[in-house]
Amino acid sequence: MSAQQEQTLNKATSPAKKVDIGRLLLEGRAFFALIAIIVFFSFMSPNYFTVNNFLIMSSHVAIYGLLAMGMLLVILNGGIDLSVGSTLGLSGVFAGFLMQGVNIQALGITLYPSLWVVVVLTCALGAFVGLVNGVLIARFNVPAFVATLGTLYVARGAALLMTNGLTFNKLEGDPSLGNTGFDWLGFNRIANIPISVIIFIVVTLLCGIMLSRTAFGRWLYASGGNEQAADLSGVPIKRVKITVYVLSGICAAIAGLVLSSQLTSAGPTAGTTYELTAIAAVVIGGAALTGGRGNVQGTLLGALVIGYLSDGLVIIGVSSYWQTVFTGSVIVLAVLLNSLQYGKKGK
Amino acid sequence: MTVSMMQASTNGNNQATAKTATNDVVLAARHITKTFGNTQALKAVNFDIYKGQVTTLFGENGAGKSTLMKILSGVISPTSGDILLDGKAIHFNSAAEARAQGISIIHQELSLAPNLNVRDNIFMGREITNSKGVDYAEEERQAKALMEELQESIDPLTPLEELRLGQQQIIEIARAISQKSRILIMDEPTSALSATEVEVLFKVINDLKKRGVSIVYISHHLEEALQITDHAVVLRDGTMTAYAPRKDIDLEWIVRHMVGENFDLGSPPTGYEMGNTALEVDSLVIHDPKGGAFNVVDHLSLKVREGEIVCIYGLMGAGRSEFMECAAGRLKADSGRILLKDEEISSLSIADRIAAGLALVPEDRQKDGLVQTMSVGQNLSLASIGEFTRRFFTSNKAETHLINQSIKDVTVKTDSGDAPIGSLSGGNQQKVVIGKMLATHPNVLLLDEPSRGIDIGAKAEVFRLLAERAKQGLAVVYSTSEVAECLSIAHRIIVMNKGKIAAEFNANVSKEKIMAASGEAIKD
Ligand SMILES: Nc1ncnc2c1ncn2[C@@H]1O[C@H](COP(=O)(O)OP(=O)(O)OP(=O)(O)O)[C@@H](O)[C@H]1O
Ligand SMILES: [Mg+2]
Repeated sequence: MSAQQEQTLNKATSPAKKVDIGRLLLEGRAFFALIAIIVFFSFMSPNYFTVNNFLIMSSHVAIYGLLAMGMLLVILNGGIDLSVGSTLGLSGVFAGFLMQGVNIQALGITLYPSLWVVVVLTCALGAFVGLVNGVLIARFNVPAFVATLGTLYVARGAALLMTNGLTFNKLEGDPSLGNTGFDWLGFNRIANIPISVIIFIVVTLLCGIMLSRTAFGRWLYASGGNEQAADLSGVPIKRVKITVYVLSGICAAIAGLVLSSQLTSAGPTAGTTYELTAIAAVVIGGAALTGGRGNVQGTLLGALVIGYLSDGLVIIGVSSYWQTVFTGSVIVLAVLLNSLQYGKKGK
Repeated sequence: MTVSMMQASTNGNNQATAKTATNDVVLAARHITKTFGNTQALKAVNFDIYKGQVTTLFGENGAGKSTLMKILSGVISPTSGDILLDGKAIHFNSAAEARAQGISIIHQELSLAPNLNVRDNIFMGREITNSKGVDYAEEERQAKALMEELQESIDPLTPLEELRLGQQQIIEIARAISQKSRILIMDEPTSALSATEVEVLFKVINDLKKRGVSIVYISHHLEEALQITDHAVVLRDGTMTAYAPRKDIDLEWIVRHMVGENFDLGSPPTGYEMGNTALEVDSLVIHDPKGGAFNVVDHLSLKVREGEIVCIYGLMGAGRSEFMECAAGRLKADSGRILLKDEEISSLSIADRIAAGLALVPEDRQKDGLVQTMSVGQNLSLASIGEFTRRFFTSNKAETHLINQSIKDVTVKTDSGDAPIGSLSGGNQQKVVIGKMLATHPNVLLLDEPSRGIDIGAKAEVFRLLAERAKQGLAVVYSTSEVAECLSIAHRIIVMNKGKIAAEFNANVSKEKIMAASGEAIKD
């Protein structure tokens, strides 16, 4: 009998080990994918594996990354925010509009707000769009998909109306008016690191701390995992919900500022379909679209995977049509692995 | 672990079952072992299911009962060991394969689709079709017949989510019965059923037996299970520790083998003074939330003092849950007042009420109690995040302390606080829900059927904990549909019927009186 017991014990342990390696690969998939991408393109092109290229690619990643961080919060809550691309565009245009000088006809004067005022007002606009989303969803029970689809159109429309479909080009300001420095966001570097990347890192760190070390973070995971249980445990679920959309809006506004600064122009169609890239980054990072699962590290990796992949494809000269195909495949693969991971846990 | 192995091998019963593997054993487990990571849920278990008879599986929370049943019904596969169907070894790759062999299972946790109606839930995955597609009329007819058999007046077209928990459980049972399996496994099918509904179920089980259906039955309502069992098997820490046919066992035998000692649930705590009124309900009215023309809670008035334990006994649908949800702030009252220590609380949010010292342990642990994506520890600390937040940030140390304390308090069986909540056995999940609310240090604790699925040892533990807290001034309102529970914990028993208080008793009332007042014993 005891011999048999031992035998069963042996049998029991050997498959467990195999599963562990599989698990590691599965759980660290975004990380391994990133390594694979870097190795692959480094072989394909000598220009890929250089400090400068990484910094440039990272400044591209910063844009999606900022959107993705906001999106992560929304997705953790079990929602979705389709409006971030449009909010990005609207914010850029709004900032451009402020930089051109605000003409108040009644008083017959033109105000040139300083850079910081522009930044704050633009973030406030992003927060407002988020607030509209949040209130529609939390107070009026409009499904998140529909509510943010609506704001996607409205915000894009507003951006087009503000510029009449044109693009603001004069963003550098005028020293005599004291509103210079807008290009600082997109072009300057601190210790050789682009400002946009630093902003992205700061936002990521703030999100990470918020999620792992504050009550709000815990509320967010709980209400995304089971809203009813969270509610009965005293979590202010409506407030949490509204807050995540506001934060997502602010992230989109920051991304809008950075992008228009990088381009030194603010066009009303900037950021079209970026919401999808942001969602993809979050999903590749292992977050579950049903809410409650996901983290900042994953989303960061997800954003890097998408950014380094698409820039790599550009560098080795793959046509943009193929780029789209590759990016799409990566997303599907990621979701496939997600369901593998969570599907197993379910039992 | 070596100790339990010794137990298994010294205990002659193990061989006893192996020997009885005669013709009337339809399905048998041989040396089944199952490991989850570091947990060994089953250790070389032998288990027999007899043709046309009821085999009952007893065991503490986390003993491995559900795991064994999931293996026998193909939901999960064993780490090692064999399954014999009619004496031949067989391997199931999925629940569907087992179903094809005539084995079906009623899971401990409901596995129904809340958005579908009753009919579609019953025939989910095995729709009846004719040349025109799904034959809804025939499905509806059969669903109606099933409801009649189970003596429920549920329209097959009702969306499932509109049914109360007990009725959902009936639908789950109906679905399993309709599969016409020859082996039917029932994992705690009655945890949300009323006494009358249980009786009906037992009638159905007896009919099934006559038709030759073999049944496995799991329940923590030991007395109830004794009524229908033909064979009793006890599982302890993943090892089969005892087997006996019905004629050789009684309640004492089960408890002794389950927990190692015999004890009863005790009696209400005494020897201290009760304090002032902690909770006062004044003429509370709640209309039917589904828009019916009646009140689910009808001018209910109630006072509970500090240190007092009040049991609310009643059939399902008597308005107990609605009253509690209203007091906790989830449902709006249509009129009447609720006062906590003489302060009106109707304008407070759920969070404010918890802060003011009023906490609710909800009835449905899956839907309202647990966040499945979080760990055991995060679930336990969810309602008291403020306690371990210093300025802006949560303190890991303080949280771990709180979690470990809760795990000890309500005796949750888990590897650590980091384990995913889904890895706990059903009863241990229930303990987490209770522990979470106790951790908020309430003055008034409302518990809605908290003993669902917890074993007798844990129940005693929870009762002891409530008694202890009551002595320190906690007011407890405890709703249950088990009379025995009322008698062993309550200072005062309130019987609710159709939203009203039908009767009020003190602790030394008889079982029969309570049942009669609830309007359920009439037909006996
Ligand atoms: N998916 C899983 N992952 C890890 N551990 C698990 C898993 N499922 C069950 N276990 C563990 O296996 C043991 C047996 O669990 P099981 O659900 O079979 O208990 P049970 O006898 O049905 O208890 P209860 O009476 O509470 O329902 C427990 O220690 C549990 O934590
Ligand atoms: Mg179980």
